Order: sequence, then structure tokens, then C-alpha cells
Amino acid sequence: MRHLTRQVFNSGKFVVGFSIFVGILLIVIIYPILFPYPPLEIIGQGNFFPPGLYVNVYDSIFTSHYILNLDDATANRIASKLDSEDRLAIQKWLTASGFPESEIDIENTAQLLDQWTNNFDPTKRFPGMTNADRNYFIRLNNSLKGLLSTEGAIIAVENPETASLEEAGVVAQNDYIVVNEVPNVRLLPLGTDNFGRDVLTELVAATKVSLIIGFVAGSIATLIGLILGLLSGYIGGQVDDVIMFFTNLLTVIPSFVLLILISFSIGQEQRGAFTIAVVIGLTSWVWTTRAVRSQVISLRNRDHVNLSKLSGHSISYIIIADILPYIASYVVMALILQISSAILAEAGLSILGLGPRTTEVATLGLMLNWALIYQAPILGYWWAFYPVIIVIALIAFSLNLMNTGLDQVFNPALRE
Amino acid sequence: MKGYRRYFVGKFLWFCITLVAAFILNFTLPRLMPGDPVAAIVSRLAQGMSNTTGVQAIYEQYAELFGTNRPMLEQFVLYLRNVAQGNFGFSFSQYPRTVADVLRASLWWTIILQFPAIIVGWIVGNTLGAMAAYRKGGFDKVLMPISIFMSSLPAFGMAVVLLVLFGVTLKWLPTSGGYGFDLIPNLSGRFIWSMFVHYQLPFWSIVLVTIGGQAIGMRSMAIYELNADYVRYSRFMGIKDRKIVGYVFRNAVLPQITGLALAIGTMVSGALVAEIIFSYPGLGTTLLTAIRGQDYPLISATTLIITIMVLVANFAIEILYGFLDPRIKAAQAD
Repeated sequence: MRHLTRQVFNSGKFVVGFSIFVGILLIVIIYPILFPYPPLEIIGQGNFFPPGLYVNVYDSIFTSHYILNLDDATANRIASKLDSEDRLAIQKWLTASGFPESEIDIENTAQLLDQWTNNFDPTKRFPGMTNADRNYFIRLNNSLKGLLSTEGAIIAVENPETASLEEAGVVAQNDYIVVNEVPNVRLLPLGTDNFGRDVLTELVAATKVSLIIGFVAGSIATLIGLILGLLSGYIGGQVDDVIMFFTNLLTVIPSFVLLILISFSIGQEQRGAFTIAVVIGLTSWVWTTRAVRSQVISLRNRDHVNLSKLSGHSISYIIIADILPYIASYVVMALILQISSAILAEAGLSILGLGPRTTEVATLGLMLNWALIYQAPILGYWWAFYPVIIVIALIAFSLNLMNTGLDQVFNPALRE
Repeated sequence: MKGYRRYFVGKFLWFCITLVAAFILNFTLPRLMPGDPVAAIVSRLAQGMSNTTGVQAIYEQYAELFGTNRPMLEQFVLYLRNVAQGNFGFSFSQYPRTVADVLRASLWWTIILQFPAIIVGWIVGNTLGAMAAYRKGGFDKVLMPISIFMSSLPAFGMAVVLLVLFGVTLKWLPTSGGYGFDLIPNLSGRFIWSMFVHYQLPFWSIVLVTIGGQAIGMRSMAIYELNADYVRYSRFMGIKDRKIVGYVFRNAVLPQITGLALAIGTMVSGALVAEIIFSYPGLGTTLLTAIRGQDYPLISATTLIITIMVLVANFAIEILYGFLDPRIKAAQAD
């Protein structure tokens, strides 16, 4: 056993896959302990907030302000306000007024604004310029004036007695706060989803549920496959014929179709994560049955099995003592593949809208389903779907790598 | 040709058996669940309807349509007769279109998308896998992890990645639909071009995923074959490497064809979900709208069509296999 373990861990592929898988498991276990947020709590009002550090504005006004005189602060502020459409409009006006086009660089904010303030004249008109265009440029000029002002913003508070606004403080343009001093700061590394839930916390919880689904479904499928494979391979005869008939039948009839029909018939109310796992397990045992059966058939007439038969051991003893140890490696490999395909099956089912009931748990498939329903890929909210796909791919990748590694250890022909 | 008869008849019988089994499963599974399926449909349909006589009328109409008030066996005969006539009733969610009408519109989209994609993916994947086994070294070391990673990515994952990369970020290709939304299907050049452009992303997402899995399988098969005695013997005899590779490829590809026959159901299911990502007007998207609309007749008919499609593909591959594997011909000659 120790020799075998060492051999397995000498396989590079297995070790890489194993490390990724253990890493995912550790994150799933440790993250909720460090950050005990409820995973499905709706914290954002509105959907798809971008990832980042969220600092409470109200608190930051009343924490102590520090004055820093940084040279590029004004330029950065204006650059973030001035969008590309405005820049193009400025360029258009300047070139129309006869300004040399080669000197205009719309990426250089300071220079562009300089050129604009020095040259803009609201009374100027060009051929082809409508009144609406002229008004647009005047509005643009006014908004730029606001940007260029150096005065601070006044914070006003309503007086409850007179209902008038009273000055409570001034925020100067060179005021800074230290994020550590603000009492309410929340880091949302992956933003929020369509319901306003913290995507990272939800993702960790969903990964856990999906792994459990994979494990439950994989165990059920492997157990059924093992029992049927042993029966059909060892006993043979009519038992074999009957089992193989159904196995062959279910191999060609796509299990996904069965999954859809069963999940739909169960109905939304009855569909918990566990039920889905059981249904996936019940529809995906055929591959294990085939693999186990062919292994058992090749073992059935080996000398040690015949010896055991002659010694009068019972069938169950022979299966447990003389056959199971030889197929254990196949069963483990089958289990690994079943887990990964069950996780993918759940995701596919959820995208079709037949996943677990939505209110209680998050699964990887459900997160993807919601992101798709809310058009996140087309609207560019990458944080709502890329992390989910990466986690699904990483889980499947690590399990497949482990499987390939084991295959190379147990099948000498495949070794490099 | 004559010698093959037994093989073909056997395969055809098996095809018929699976077809009957598919009918039975499609019929019984939804009816095995506790409760009356028609009552469930009506209760979903009648949500927010306060008119009890209206609900009663709907109930009776559907009970008649599905024949749920008759004995099981009679229901099955009714179901078979309806299917044989292509009569699946009206679609709930797309009323007044019939289910047969909805399916007729979407079936061809799925067939022209999935069959070329799976075949191209299979050919490219097997070629790459055989090359990895034969060349070993750097090519193998790079190709294998990439293949394992690609085959780990589900088809819908690949679809989303391609969609965002080429459709949203680079804006090279359209992101959804089977043709431009401003066009009416016809045979003009503009429509065909639009179809071609919309075809690319769904096609490549299926191809790329298929390549990964096939390359891994072919590599293992080819390594087994390369270590076989006949290869060493041929080398010893001084037969050219090219010719040996030809033998190896032929022997290794046979199990891959059987593998394709067995895995085609899984591939098609994966590709159906990928269709949804692109709102491609095929069976996958039809299934999605049916499920969202709680459209029981449409779901039942779509799953049946998908199963029949897979069974036919499976049968076709088995027949092809009969011609390709010389052992089957030899067995018939006895």
C-alpha cells in the first residue's frame, strides 16, 4: 500500500491535479470560517456592481481628512470624467476651427483641455454646423468649466426645524481619507451578481454544494455500477444478459434526456440539490458497469479465484477478497470521472432551468444560469460568469488530471 | 455485400429495440411521478386564473389530449399513434403553433450545426492524438495538458469564452441567433453570408471541446498499438515507418469509432446547451423556451426527437464500422 501511494504521488499529472483539487477544497472549507457572510444575502441594491473595494461615502465625509498636494490629482480627476465621446467632440470642433489636426492628441487630457480653453469661442460657426451642435459645444464647455474649478464641495445638512440647508463641512479637492479609518468598508473582489449578492462568497458556497452534488451522484453511480458490473461479470449467464441489455440500452439513449424528463416531472418544489444529485447518480452508472464487468470477466478464471472456489468460499467472500482488490483502482478512477461529469451535468441542467430550487442554495450551474438570463456575457459583466466557468473547469481539470495520472500508474503501457 | 447481412440485420434489430425503449421511457418517466401530470400542468398554467370553470375546461381539454383518463396501455397506444402521425398537439408556450411545427423549424438548425462540428472535432482530435503518441517529446508534453484542459471545459463554458472574446470584446462575430435579426430566411447571398457568420462561434465551441477528449483517447490507443508486437516485427522486417504508422492509425482508430458511437449522446447533449448560449435557433434553445414556458408537450417531443437523432447517428456509425473493421467481414465469411 505504501509503495502504491508513493508510486501514485510520483506521477506528475496526479500531483498537479490533486493539488488543485485540495486547494479548491481548502478554500471551500476555510473561506466561510474567515468571512462568515451569509452566501445568499442580498447586499447590493441594483445588479452587477463591479469588483472592488467599497468605501462608505457618508462615513468617509466624517472621518478625518488629510491634505495631500499631489500634482496629477486634477488631471486624473478630469481624465476620469471626460469620456471618449467628449474627447472626440473636442477634436472635431478644434479641427473644424482650423486647428492643425496633427497637434491634437485626444489621449493627452491636460494638453487637450489646454487647447480647448484657449481656442473655444461660442460665437464661432462653421459650415454644416447645426444649432443643436452649437448648443452641444456650449454645454460641453460649461461642464468642463465645472471640472476645472478648484473650489471644494460643500456638505449641507437639513435643519429639522427650519427645513433649510446648513453647511456641515467642506470637502476640498485635495482632501484625502485613510481607508483603514473608515468604519464601513467592504471588499467585493468579484463584485455583485444580478440579485446584488456578493459573488465571491456565493461562489465559494456554490462550489461546496456542487462538490457535494458531484460526490453524492458519483458515489451512487459508482455503487450501482459496481454492484451490477460484479453481478453481470461474475455470475454471467442470464443475469449478465439482462444487465447488459439494460446497460447497452442506457448507453445509447442519452442520459441527459432522461435527466431532463425526470427533473421536469419532479417539479420545481421538490427539486432540492440532493434530489438532483440522486437523479444524476441514477442515470449515469452505465459506464462504470461496463468497465467493472469487463475487468471481472478477465479476473473470473484466474488461478487464485479458481483456488478460492475449490476451497469452498462463498460467492460474496470471493468477490470481496479475490476480485474487489484487483478492480479497486478502476473503481476509484471511475468514481473520479463520475464526480466530474456529475458536476457538469448539474451545470447543464441548471442552464436549462431544471437545476435545484433557486431560493435555498447556490450551485455553480445556477450562478451561470442567472448570469445568462441577465445577459451578463453580452453586457460585459465578466465577474458574474468567468469565475464560475473557471471554477467548473478547474474542478473538472483537476479530477481528469488525477484520473490520467492514476491511469498511467496502473496501466504500465501508458507510462512515458 | 451479401456477407454483411447478418451484421446489418443484427444492428438494425438493436436499433429498433432501442427506439422502442426510448418511446417507452419518454412515455413512462413523466407518468411515474406521483400525481396527475395533467393536473400539474393545468395548475401551473392556471396560476392567477380565478375562473374555476375555465380551469376545469383546460383540465378536460388536456386530459383528453393526453388521454390520462384512460388505462395506461390505451394511453401508450394513443401516444404511439400520435407520434407516428407526427401529431404532438399544440405547444403551450407558442400557441397556436403546433409542436411539430416548432420542431420542424428548429431540427435542421441543430443537424447542420452539430453533425459537421462533431465530425470535424473527431477527425482533428484523432489526428492530433495519433501525432502526440507517435512523436512523443515536446509535442506530446504541450498537447496533452491542453487537451485535458479543453476536454474539462464543458461545451457551454467554451461557448461563453468564445462569445465574450470574439463576439463582445473583439466584435468580430455576432453573438446570438442563427442569422441577422433583420433578415427573412431565403436563398440570397446576404442571408447565406449572415448564416455563415452566425454559424462560426457555435461551431468552433463544439469542435474545440470535441478535439480535447478525442485527442486523449486516441493517444492512449495509439500508444497501446505502437507497443504491440506487430509494430516491432514490422520494424524488424524493415517496413517503412510511414506504412507502420498507417497500420497503427487504422488499428487505433477502430476503438475510437466505437467510442464515438457510445459517446455521441453525451456530445449532443453538451452541444445542445452550447446552442443556448448563442440563442442558436436549434433544439437546445427550443428546449429552453419549452422548459421556461412549462410547455410539457414541447419538452416531451423535443427530448424524443433528440433521442431518435442520437439513435440514428449511433446506428449510422455502427454500419460504417462494419465496413471499416476487416474482422467483421472475416467473421461473416465463415
